[in-house]
Amino acid sequence: MEYFLIIISAIFVNNIVLAQFLGICPYLGVSNKLSTATGMSMAVCFVITLATLVTYLVNMYLLVPLKIEFLQTIAFILVIAALVQMVEIVLKKVSPSLYQALGIFLPLITTNCAVLGVAINVVTKEFSFVPGGMLNLPQALVYAFATSLGYGLAMVIFAGIREHLSMNNVPKAFKGVPIAVISVGILALAFMGFSGMVK
Amino acid sequence: MSNRLKLIGDGLVKNNPTFVLLLGMCPTLATTTSAINGLSMGLATLFVLVLSNMAISLIAPVVPDKVHIPVYIVVIATFVTLLQFIMQAYTPAMYETLGLFIPLIVVNCIVLGRAEAFASKNGVLESACDGLGVGLGFTCSLTVLGLVREILGSGSVFGFNFIGGHDGMLAFVMAPGAFLCLGYLMVLFNKLFKK
Repeated sequence: MEYFLIIISAIFVNNIVLAQFLGICPYLGVSNKLSTATGMSMAVCFVITLATLVTYLVNMYLLVPLKIEFLQTIAFILVIAALVQMVEIVLKKVSPSLYQALGIFLPLITTNCAVLGVAINVVTKEFSFVPGGMLNLPQALVYAFATSLGYGLAMVIFAGIREHLSMNNVPKAFKGVPIAVISVGILALAFMGFSGMVK
Repeated sequence: MSNRLKLIGDGLVKNNPTFVLLLGMCPTLATTTSAINGLSMGLATLFVLVLSNMAISLIAPVVPDKVHIPVYIVVIATFVTLLQFIMQAYTPAMYETLGLFIPLIVVNCIVLGRAEAFASKNGVLESACDGLGVGLGFTCSLTVLGLVREILGSGSVFGFNFIGGHDGMLAFVMAPGAFLCLGYLMVLFNKLFKK
């Protein structure tokens, strides 16, 4: 049951972009076209899940036993940067087609705050619907994966809206980013309808 | 001297990180639920920005080109950890309010962007001024956005309620209001400063 709650909460109720404000820069940056938006969402999904697994283990078996949790920020960002680099090298060898598809989005992910945000959230935040409050490893992975699905959902919806927007005649001062940000606002308003579904 | 003043001025309007460069959107949207929160987040970023700019301008000549990004990130993460300690000690309530977004200063593209674009090529004092200018620009935008959202959302200014017995429009304190306010402020900024 709690897995179901985690998934619903991460995708709809606490959507990472529209409710938690993480990963906004790439969200606004690459959502011009549906195809790039899908590529970015896939890359993010892959890295967030992997990064959460590694940082969770680093935190549990390295930082906590040594009582150096204050190094969390530095340790996590290093792990993520190294991981992204490694994923890039491995993908290039193992699956060139996937590497081609993800393209330039992979290196960009290091500075996507969604990755670091989810990694820190998983080890520090208390979740009211999980017994004990803190996530264990499988729950953390489900949370990370569902969160990145939520990211993909918000991204794909928004890319669809933006493709239509680009064909419309908007006032000069609204052109480009301002109208896009206002559209996200309206989208977020729609997602507010989910709030209260999961406490 | 005038050159350094110009650097500070540029950060405020011409290179305004929020309205012109569109950097650091996540803390901009997430922490501006009130003017005081926006101001604190801006000052926290300013602190990291000035110190990391100075440190990076000092070490840039000796850092090998291939590893410069990881090195810069570690330098920035160090100052962010320092900031976390300071805030936990002196402003614990604000540290709780800003929460996740304090450690996330590490991945704020403004900080790494200035390190890469300016501090790695210029002297210590110029880099400090650049950091100060961009940081102030960021602080101003965040405070303005926070102010607008606070007025609309809770009917108060810096915590002083001016319409008694009225709660304001809650949506403006929550996520949708952040995007809507930012969008309309961008439009206003375009009208005023871009010809």
